[in-house]
Amino acid sequence: MKLELRGITKRFGDFTANDRIDLVVEPGTVHALLGENGAGKSTLMNVLFGLYDADEGEVLLDDEPVVFDGPGDAMTAGIGMVHQHFMLVHPFTVAENVMLGHEDVRGPAKLLDVEAARAKVREISERFNFNVDPDAVIEDLPVGAQQRVEIIKALSRDASLLILDEPTAVLTPQETDELLGIVKDLRDAGTAVVLITHKLREVQAVADTITVIRRGKVVGTAEPTASQEELASLMVGRAVTMRVDKEPAKPGETMLEVDGLTVVDDAGIVQLDGVSFEVKAGEILAIAGVQGNGQTELTEALLGVVPADAGSATLDGEVITGRTIKEVLHSGIGFVPEDRTEDGIVASMTISNNLILDVHDKAPYAKGGALQPKVIAEEARKHVEQFDVRATGIDQTAGSLSGGNQQKVVLARELSRPLKLLIASNPTRGLDVGSIEFVHKRIVAERDSGAAVIIVSAELDEVVALADRIAVMYHGRIVGIVPPDTDRDTLGLMMAGAHDEEEAA
Amino acid sequence: MTATVADAPAAPVSGAPIPPKKWGAAIALGVIALLSLIFFGFGTPAGSTTKFVIARKTDFIQLPSLTVPSELAAILLSLVGLALAGWVAYRANQRRKVGIWLPIVYGMAIMGALLTWAGAGREATSIQLTGLLTSSLFLAVPLVFGALAGTLCERSGIINIAIEGQLLAGAFLAALVGSMAGNAYVGLIAAPVAGALVGLLLAIFATKYWVNQIVVGVVLNMLVIGLTGFFFSTLMSDDPSLNQPIGLEKLPIPLLSKIPVLGPVLFNQNLLVYILYVAVAALQIMLFKSRWGLRVRAVGEHPKAADTVGIQVNRTRIRNTVLGGAVAGLGGAFFTVASGLAFGKEMTAGKGYIALAAMILGRWSPRGALAAALLFGFADALRVQLGAIGSPIPSQFLAMTPYLATIFAVAGLVGHARPPASEGIPYKK
Amino acid sequence: MSADSQTTEDQRDEEAPPEDRWRRALREIVESSSMVVFMAIVASMIIGGVLIIFADEAVRESAAYFFSRPGDTFSAIGDALGSAYSSMFNGAVLNLEASSFAGVIKPLTQTLTMATPLIFAGLGLGIGFRAGLFNIGAQGQLLMGATFGAYIGFAFSLPAGLHLALAVIGCAVGGAIWGFIPGILKAKRGAHEVIVTIMLNYVALYLVAWLLSLDAFQREGSDNPISPFVAETAQYPKILGVQFNLHLGFLLALACAWGAWWLMERSTLGFRLRAVGANPSAARTAGMNIGTATIITMVIAGGLAGLAGSAPVLGTQKFLTDAVAGTLGFDAITVALLGRSRPLGIVLAAILFGGLQASGPSLQVNAGLPVDIVVVIQATIVLFIAAPPLVRAMFRLPAPAHEKEVAA
Repeated sequence: MKLELRGITKRFGDFTANDRIDLVVEPGTVHALLGENGAGKSTLMNVLFGLYDADEGEVLLDDEPVVFDGPGDAMTAGIGMVHQHFMLVHPFTVAENVMLGHEDVRGPAKLLDVEAARAKVREISERFNFNVDPDAVIEDLPVGAQQRVEIIKALSRDASLLILDEPTAVLTPQETDELLGIVKDLRDAGTAVVLITHKLREVQAVADTITVIRRGKVVGTAEPTASQEELASLMVGRAVTMRVDKEPAKPGETMLEVDGLTVVDDAGIVQLDGVSFEVKAGEILAIAGVQGNGQTELTEALLGVVPADAGSATLDGEVITGRTIKEVLHSGIGFVPEDRTEDGIVASMTISNNLILDVHDKAPYAKGGALQPKVIAEEARKHVEQFDVRATGIDQTAGSLSGGNQQKVVLARELSRPLKLLIASNPTRGLDVGSIEFVHKRIVAERDSGAAVIIVSAELDEVVALADRIAVMYHGRIVGIVPPDTDRDTLGLMMAGAHDEEEAA
Repeated sequence: MTATVADAPAAPVSGAPIPPKKWGAAIALGVIALLSLIFFGFGTPAGSTTKFVIARKTDFIQLPSLTVPSELAAILLSLVGLALAGWVAYRANQRRKVGIWLPIVYGMAIMGALLTWAGAGREATSIQLTGLLTSSLFLAVPLVFGALAGTLCERSGIINIAIEGQLLAGAFLAALVGSMAGNAYVGLIAAPVAGALVGLLLAIFATKYWVNQIVVGVVLNMLVIGLTGFFFSTLMSDDPSLNQPIGLEKLPIPLLSKIPVLGPVLFNQNLLVYILYVAVAALQIMLFKSRWGLRVRAVGEHPKAADTVGIQVNRTRIRNTVLGGAVAGLGGAFFTVASGLAFGKEMTAGKGYIALAAMILGRWSPRGALAAALLFGFADALRVQLGAIGSPIPSQFLAMTPYLATIFAVAGLVGHARPPASEGIPYKK
Repeated sequence: MSADSQTTEDQRDEEAPPEDRWRRALREIVESSSMVVFMAIVASMIIGGVLIIFADEAVRESAAYFFSRPGDTFSAIGDALGSAYSSMFNGAVLNLEASSFAGVIKPLTQTLTMATPLIFAGLGLGIGFRAGLFNIGAQGQLLMGATFGAYIGFAFSLPAGLHLALAVIGCAVGGAIWGFIPGILKAKRGAHEVIVTIMLNYVALYLVAWLLSLDAFQREGSDNPISPFVAETAQYPKILGVQFNLHLGFLLALACAWGAWWLMERSTLGFRLRAVGANPSAARTAGMNIGTATIITMVIAGGLAGLAGSAPVLGTQKFLTDAVAGTLGFDAITVALLGRSRPLGIVLAAILFGGLQASGPSLQVNAGLPVDIVVVIQATIVLFIAAPPLVRAMFRLPAPAHEKEVAA
């Protein structure tokens, strides 16, 4: 099936997410849609899939204009989509998820024909060697298997056009290779595939055609033979390699010592498995790894959000495990959470209130249980200026700020007290290039002022750019700590759990 | 494809996931059984007997009444309870669940011990078993309909606090329309319409205006109380012919109603009770085995996933909430036309909230709702019967049991209540 | 989507084009929530009017021959509405038919008396809403507060000031205990407070019914489940003289409103409660203890609801029955919602609903309308203010740039 988009425009309020986008996807090809986070790729695909209504423009399938009222129409027309966040009903089985929306039924009561659904899952699973049990319940399946269920879902509807939205975000490099293999098989079987991604390597590996989107506009097309640098500069608008200007580290005393830290979650799964490492004052330790390999649990255990089931962490000679979050923060740890809007700011509170979230009951902000509004306002004005937060005033709600400015508020709060250790999780996720540079500069400045720094990042580029040392996590363990000039293939193998590389350092 | 296919990041490091052992249920059941043994077992005067009257004089087959030695019976029944608690503990140790039969048998054993104790040494009075069961079922009727309504709504993701209002609206309209037509069956048809209207309001505010569903529920209850009270004091009191005590007659089912004990309890009932049997069975099957049920549950768990496969989320929710309202409205007919009573102000008296409790204890399934509602109905019937024979237990404490049981359930002290994941969250694209 | 919406917000940094000052002032009034509140009240009065017309016998009779003499119907409608709204005014604001000044202002004092428990309980619920807790249990908390306060009031004999103080504290403690239970169950076991508080309302009801069956609580020589009268030393003094019911509890309620404002806006504890209510995970990451905040909130909310129980047992009715709470607990929910969980708003909303309730007897006597009409108006007001777009659509008001979240 041939897909053509003509002049698609989608606005949210004053903001134009897609600006007159034209796109042609030929059958039996892989078309990569390349762009930074927030460039408008997902919006475009949601328009195509009928989840959003386009404000302008038209969609043509095999040269016929079509209008989709909802995803149901899109699917009937042969379009399947694997969303970035899987659209699977967790308490349902694989078969139930696959049949949902186009169930085979029997009798006047329209009872489900579960056997037919099972057979379909088995058939597709065998055809592409997916190894998925139709009766497994989704919440028991690992992420990679859930993604294959999503693909089965699309294929079971005879999709002749498959949209994959950032499919590799949650996969190991090896799982990624498998997925790319599947994409090739699908293409060879005649399916048109749209691959949405911001990862250049994947694009080069499978794409037949590349369209690059920036700030809601098509900024160019490229051949898969184009170099990474060409693609990257198209994507971000100027020739950028992620580099952070920093002096070599001058590590001092050991600031944080983590010894055998273990976290078992409520379901009894070991999420963090005997992790040991140390970070010195004036040094950045970057933690690399595919999302979901224990990095979140590590930072949360250090902060005390989740209790450590075994092992300990010692900050400057003081044990911090087993303490409350408040005590840990006040012992000199700054924390920039992974999910800014969820854990970093209180959207409905003002900027000035967000700036004192963790020190609101300390002098000079409070006196005997009473807040000191004047002091709070003065300090807030100072921080807003220092950290270049673009806002109409300190009484603007934090939720009305852009992502970059929200992150600056978080940084301003966390860096405004004397720190022994800064922990930052994916500190630049979803930020524009300018904000990323600002955040990186601030983090390096904190290191240079003598704090120990832990950066967790799923972006290998960021890890390599910031780190003085890199610790790679896999399956809740640190598989090795290596210098920042380690080559990417080695890092990739370590991220996939190749323990042998441990000694490569 | 390599051998690592089944292997992925979030997989457990050391073997399969190990859920923690859950001892709460075993401990709670054990403590209650122990208390039963101490108070009902050893607290019964030795040598006394308890008389259970099994059949009523009007029954087709007359069974002799059963007289048991009180102390021995109460001790034995309590021991059965303890043994069942032990079984739960054994299963918990293996991290396995117990069947739905267990709480039923357990409840019967403990209730039996209580009855034996209460009736001990009272030669003049006896425990009317058939009567007790009949009134249990009778009192459970509005609770079952209410809990089914709650299940229908919440499975699709809409929290229905307005069950109380839907019951009351159904009771009101059944009385009004039934009286106008001079026919209780016409009232029975009108009742669901009233409930459905309340459900429609809930659905509109929840899906179109994204108002907090608990707020809407609470306020709709007030609105219905106000409206029905207003019309009761104006229309109905101006013209008493609009509010007549008319009733549905009993329709004994041939043969089945002659079965000893169960026959008169189950098969000598009015139409509303037979509708209840059908409704529970049909909804149980439809919710878990049919296309409609699969889609409804998907909408309640993960509405966006449902939307992406072409299911209309808000339409499903509105339909279910209206249907749920209709079911509760039908249950409301219990208070007027099915009981042969005229409408009275606020006559549902909080039954909607007990129905909500039954829905939670029944874990959002029609079958569970039936079981929980019967349990609550039994507690209520017991309160009446113990009051009649002058038992030493204050009736207020029996009246409290449904509410306390629900608090224990939601606090996870006995099992864990897991509501549909997306309930109460408006679906916005 | 998240990444895209991020960029959407980037654009908000840009300033809106400058607008004429007066036009903007006007727009702010029209878009403001107070305009919506006002229109919601108007709309509810209209709906109430429709009910009044429908229920009026004269209207129904004249409507039977509407087409021959439509004038009769319209004059009947006018009479019905006129008598309803004038008796509402006479019952709740000023009685213009009274002969003495005291008689004229008596309805107003009655309104404030009725508003007293609503202010207390509404404040408690409002604090709960802002701290992210949906407390449906004011009814039970109020009942327990009333029970504690009444018991202290009738069972002991103490000097005047001290007795009242202890009884008032007893009310707060009783309510606080009943608030503590769902608080700790939520904090420690994750039990949903909506369900637990609903259930506890009934547990409280039966508990009080049982207590009233005991000798210690039952009034001597009475077979009914009612307690003895509270000693005069434990009663709220009347603040405007004996001919008015308005008692010290009203001033205490106003003091609590100020206290609630200070707590939520100026204290570090209130800051924590607000942060926890608005975003619990961010609050936790900033070192706040969610469980503690939940328990404190429920204890404060319960305590205030308990104080609401002091209004009947120490102020107006002066003894305990299991019906002492009436529907106050649920009315207070509507008060907190209408008042947008802010103390000033709650005081005003409580006075409005207190007035509606105070007008009940007058409606009954002068217009022959049942008090239920008041409940209907109250419920519809809250439904309307909960759905601003609905009100705007009805009155064709423009929508604000960013739709504000509805209270709670």
